[in-house]
Amino acid sequence: MENKDFERKDIIGWGIDANPLDVPSYPMKLRNENDNKGMTWERPSQQLAQVEILTSNERPTITAVFGTPNPPSGLSGKIRRYAFKFSESSYGHWLPLLLADRVNMIEGVVDDFKRGHFPNIFSELGGKSELKHNPKGFARKVLVGLAITAAIVMVCRRDNDDEDDEY
Amino acid sequence: MLAMNYRGPYRVRADQKPMPEIQHPGDAIVRVTRSCICGSDLHLYHGLVPDTRVGTTFGHEFIGVVEEIGSDVENLKVGDNVLVPFNIACGKCIFCQQGLYGNCHESNPQATAVGGIFGYSHTAGGFDGGQAEYVRVPYADVGPMVIPDDMDHDDAVLLTDVVPTGYQAAEMGAIKPGDTVVVFGAGPVGLMAAKSAWLFGAGRVIVIDHIEYRLEFAKRFAQCEAYNFRSLEDVVLFIKKTTDYIGADVCIDAVGCEAAGNAMQTITGRKLMLQAGSATALHWAINSVKKGGVVSIVGVYGPTDNLVPIGNVVNKGITIRANQASVKRLLPRLIEHVRAGRLNPKEMITHRVPLEEVSDAYHIFSAKLDNCIKTILIPSSANK
Repeated sequence: MENKDFERKDIIGWGIDANPLDVPSYPMKLRNENDNKGMTWERPSQQLAQVEILTSNERPTITAVFGTPNPPSGLSGKIRRYAFKFSESSYGHWLPLLLADRVNMIEGVVDDFKRGHFPNIFSELGGKSELKHNPKGFARKVLVGLAITAAIVMVCRRDNDDEDDEY
Repeated sequence: MLAMNYRGPYRVRADQKPMPEIQHPGDAIVRVTRSCICGSDLHLYHGLVPDTRVGTTFGHEFIGVVEEIGSDVENLKVGDNVLVPFNIACGKCIFCQQGLYGNCHESNPQATAVGGIFGYSHTAGGFDGGQAEYVRVPYADVGPMVIPDDMDHDDAVLLTDVVPTGYQAAEMGAIKPGDTVVVFGAGPVGLMAAKSAWLFGAGRVIVIDHIEYRLEFAKRFAQCEAYNFRSLEDVVLFIKKTTDYIGADVCIDAVGCEAAGNAMQTITGRKLMLQAGSATALHWAINSVKKGGVVSIVGVYGPTDNLVPIGNVVNKGITIRANQASVKRLLPRLIEHVRAGRLNPKEMITHRVPLEEVSDAYHIFSAKLDNCIKTILIPSSANK
């Protein structure tokens, strides 16, 4: 559809930058004849998907290559599949993915136990280096942790006492 | 093979994982000889990047030796020492053809906003990264480059991300001779941005951070002014005053979504994760640049809106240019700068850690312990 209210040639200077191969921008974009023509390039050969690959709904097809480690699985995988029903501009996409990541963390611990591996959380958190380079900070964290644990225990006990009083 | 293994926020370990295999005729398998922990890896480490799956191996800054090549690979041969740009780029799509290798449209099925990146969650294509003994390198004919014989490998590994990113941050600032350039963040990228700003003709370079040892390092490394925002009442006001109340010509955000300095942003963005990180550095950059100035962003931000003062951007007519660095486009010039001694990236390396100790390496870097600036991980298989 074209606006017939005016003739473009009557607009002084119109078209001075119309040649897409001659755009004086910084830094100079390497324009080529395929600009503004959509997905017109000669595509690389396609990697075969041996595992489930979730694909953004803002693409017509899967990309020619992709990473295959850690395909979606379990509850986190279900949440991820749900997330990919939404576009990248939607909270419905990103928030479920963040939730899936937290669920996946718990699944990871369960998987470790299943494989007979008891995760050394202290080591995974870099506890040794904290102890070596920041002993005061380490002590503070331990004390805060103990205080929070003690508070939780006390609250739980008080709740139990209240329940006992009901009978 | 041994590889870094992400288990959840703040939890990583070195584990045995299956060897990577050729999955596409353009692939290569590279035996890693050095990899770095990048500031961007900390966003993953802290659990801020969506779709970071347990079991992922991080690491997008690495060099190594080509061990195996796919049938389509012509530019590399087994035994080549290569530096591998962090972008995975096909070289054929319209974005690669424009030199936008950080925006390849054929390497990341999960998201269109960013191209594939090694070891940077499934939001960046789901590829395992180089904090491992071996790594699969897709499109091996396009990105990887044989390391020149006269180049120190410590410099080479930094040319895969941190140097080009810092350099492009300055380049995107469209710095004119005499400009005042303010760099937010004195991490490795901020340091390289400050150093590069001089190459573009800056008349004054100011670095803002809150960690004293990093500021001292910045003064020495980039010969710039460096200020601790904790000792300033108001960082934006300070920049206005020190620029004769005009504002800086160029502001560079080299921090991203984990910026300190604003309690509300820290609580909502970093601690409670109610928004995709903290936008403090971006606020400061937008608010301290002059009208008509340029804000250049290379800090990583989450995928959702982050309370950016976009109204100020419009009212002040600020130009914002941001991107992942297009490493391949920049490499020839950067190598020239390194060769001539104008850039000296390896001076940033403060820690060399065996891959087995990856948990402690991450914690030291994340918690800013032991005056850490840049960490290199070295697998035991590096010297095969």
